Amino acid sequence: MQIAIISGKGGTGKSSITAAFASIEKNVVLADCDVDASNLYLLFTPTHEKEQAYIGAETAIIDNNLCISCMKCLENCRFDAISYINQKIIISDVACDGCGLCARICPTQAIMTQQHDKSRLYSGSFRYGKMVYGVLAPGEENSGKLVNEVRSKANIIATENDLAITLIDGPPGIGCPVISAIANVDGVVLVTEPTLSGFHDLKRIKEIADNFRLPAWVIINKFTINEKISSEIEAWCKKEKVNFAGKIPFDLVMVEAMTQLKTIIEYQPNGTITKKLKEIYNYIKLNINKQTN
Amino acid sequence: MLFKTHGDKQLKIAIASGKGGTGKTFVATNLYSVLQQNQVSSILIDCDAEEPNDHFFFKSISKTDKEVQVNIPVISAESCIFCDKCYEYCHYNAIFYLPSLQQIHVMEDLCHSCGACSVACEHNAITEKKKTIGTVTTYLLSGNYKLIESRVNIGVYSPVPVITSAIKEAEQQGIIILDAPPGTSCPFIHTVNNADYVVLVAEPTPFGLSDLQKTIAVLHILEKPFGIVINKSDIGTLAMSDFIQKENYDLLLSIPFDRSVASFYSEGKIMAEREEKWKEIFENLIDKIIETACK
Amino acid sequence: MKIAITSVGNSLSSNIDERFGRCAFFVIYDTDTKSVEFIPNHAKDAEGGAGTAAVQLIASQQVAKVVSGQFGVKVKPLLDSLKIQMISIKGSHSVQEIINMVEER
Ligand code: SF4
Ligand code: SF4
Repeated sequence: MQIAIISGKGGTGKSSITAAFASIEKNVVLADCDVDASNLYLLFTPTHEKEQAYIGAETAIIDNNLCISCMKCLENCRFDAISYINQKIIISDVACDGCGLCARICPTQAIMTQQHDKSRLYSGSFRYGKMVYGVLAPGEENSGKLVNEVRSKANIIATENDLAITLIDGPPGIGCPVISAIANVDGVVLVTEPTLSGFHDLKRIKEIADNFRLPAWVIINKFTINEKISSEIEAWCKKEKVNFAGKIPFDLVMVEAMTQLKTIIEYQPNGTITKKLKEIYNYIKLNINKQTN
Repeated sequence: MLFKTHGDKQLKIAIASGKGGTGKTFVATNLYSVLQQNQVSSILIDCDAEEPNDHFFFKSISKTDKEVQVNIPVISAESCIFCDKCYEYCHYNAIFYLPSLQQIHVMEDLCHSCGACSVACEHNAITEKKKTIGTVTTYLLSGNYKLIESRVNIGVYSPVPVITSAIKEAEQQGIIILDAPPGTSCPFIHTVNNADYVVLVAEPTPFGLSDLQKTIAVLHILEKPFGIVINKSDIGTLAMSDFIQKENYDLLLSIPFDRSVASFYSEGKIMAEREEKWKEIFENLIDKIIETACK
Repeated sequence: MKIAITSVGNSLSSNIDERFGRCAFFVIYDTDTKSVEFIPNHAKDAEGGAGTAAVQLIASQQVAKVVSGQFGVKVKPLLDSLKIQMISIKGSHSVQEIINMVEER
C-alpha cells in the first residue's frame, strides 16, 4: 500500500505528520519526495547504504576559442540566455533551458550541452524501516523525474524487504513533481491549515487528486489557529464529499519535538496529539484497505 | 527614516524562504503595508505563481488581467514529409511522431517553446500559434498602490514566463517587493535573480536551518546580497542564530512567536495595520534592509 | 493481435511495471503467433515526455491493447486517438500471468 502525503503550500506540517505516521506504522518504506527540501533524513538519520548520482537538466556551454561571433545562437535562443558582452558570447546558466538549439546550429561547434550530475539519490535503513530520499544540487530543477526515481527505488526496496507500506512525503506546489509523487498511489493525504490561503490551496490539490481519480483524505493541522476557517473547511469537505480524516490542535510540542529531532509520537507517546494522529492514521489505512478490496 | 527618501530610486527586494510557510508572505505583505502607510512609492509583486496568496491581504478597487502567452508550434501533416528532423531537434519529447501512421503533432503541455523545431523544418510545415499559460493581474489598491500577481495555469511546465512578465509589468521607480516562490529551483532563481537584495525568512528549527543553508548556497551561486529574518525566533533552537553569527551574515530581524498574530494572519489581515508596535517593527526592517542593501 | 505489457524486467517472470511511460521494458505479445518480444524503454529517463515517447514506441509496433498500471492524463487521449485499448492492472502480477489472462478471455 502506498500513501502519499501532500499539502499544496509549505509549512502545514506535512513532513512532521509523515514522520509521525512512520513511527506509528513502525515498519515502512519512507520515500522523501520533497526533493527541494528533503528534511526527513535530519530527523531519522538513516544509514547511507547506497548513493546514486542523479542526472538532471542540461545547459549549454561555449568554447570561446572556437566561436567566430556569427551571432546565430544569440538570435535563435528563445530564453534570452545568450548575450554578447565585450566581444564575447556568454551563456547564462540560470536562463538556459537546455533546449540544445544553439549547439545544433553553431557552424563551428563551439557550443555543447552538458549534463548536471551533482544531485544525489540516497537509500538506507532507519529506525522504522527503509528510507529513500533525493537531494537536489543547489539551483537544480525538480522536474518530477527525481521524484520518479525516488519512488521506483522505494518500490524495489519494498519488494526486496517485503515491506507492505510505503509512505511518500510529497513536494509542495501543484506542478509535475506533485503529480509524479501521487501517481499510482492507493491514497492521498491532504494536509492543510486553517488559513485563507491554506484553504484555497487545498481546493487546488484536491482537484489534482481528482484528476487521477485517487481517493483522498483531508487533515486540518493546527486547527485551533482559526476555528472558524477550520469549520468552513470541514463544511466544504462535507459538501464536496471529500473524506475528512480529522483535525489536530495547534501545540508548540510539535516544534519542541522537532527541535529534539524526535517525531511527536516519540516525544509524547501518550500525548493528545499522538492519540489523535494514531486515530487518523488508522482510519485512513482502514479505508484504503476497504477500497482496494 | 531612511526608506522615506528612497521612493525616487528603484530597489527590488525579494522576500524568500527555502520552503513555504515560514512567514515569507507575512513579511512581504506587512512591509508593503508600512510603505503604503508612509506614502513611499512602491509596489508588491506576488511571484508565487503556483499559489499566489498576497491578494487575500489587500482590498482592491479594481483589477485588470493580462494573459501571458507563449509560442507553440503547429505542424501541418500535409506539408510534412516525415523527415524526422524536428522530432530529433526537440529536446523535450514534445513532438508526437508516428511516420508509419502519418501522424505528427505537438504535445502542448510538454513544449517549452524553444523554437528548435521551427529552425529544423526545411519544408515550411511548422508555423506558430499563441498559447495562454497564465495571467498577470494588476490589483489597484487605494492611494494608487498596486499589487501585481502572477498566476500560472494548472499543467503548465514552468511558471517562469508568467513570473518574469509580472516583474516586467512593474518597471517603475520606488521600492519593489517581490514575494518569491518557495523552493530553490527555477521559479525561485528567476525571481531572486531579478532582485537587488534578498530577504530570507527562516524558522529556527532543524528543518528550517537546513532549508536556509540550501537557499544560501543558491544565492552564493547567483552572487546576490541577502539578509535573514528569523521568524518564531523563540520556539526553536539557537543553532540558527549561531550559524548566522559564525558565518557573519546580516540578521535583519527576529520575530518572536505570537499566537494571536498567527490567528490574525490566517484571516488575511495585516499586523502593521492593527498595531503601532508592528508598524514600527516593519519600518525598522525596511530601514535595515536599505542600509545593508546599499552598503 | 499484438498486446503491449509494461514490465520491470526482461523475462516472463518479471512483474508488470505500473508506470506506463517510465517502465523498464515493453513486452510485445502476439496472440496469433504466441511470440514474445522485450523492448527496452529508452525514454524512461527522459526529463519529460516519457509517456509520449512510449506511445510512439508501442504504436509503431501496431499493438491493439496495452496493459499497465495507470495511464497519465497526456497519454490517455493519445492512445484513444490511436484506438489502442488501455487496460489498467493493480497489484503485482508477472508478465506470464497477464499473458495467461489475455489468453483465457
Ligand atoms: S541550449 Fe537553448 S536555452 Fe540554452 S542557450 Fe542554447 S538555445 Fe538558449
Ligand atoms: S518549440 Fe521546442 S519544445 Fe516545442 S515542439 Fe518545437 S522543439 Fe519541441
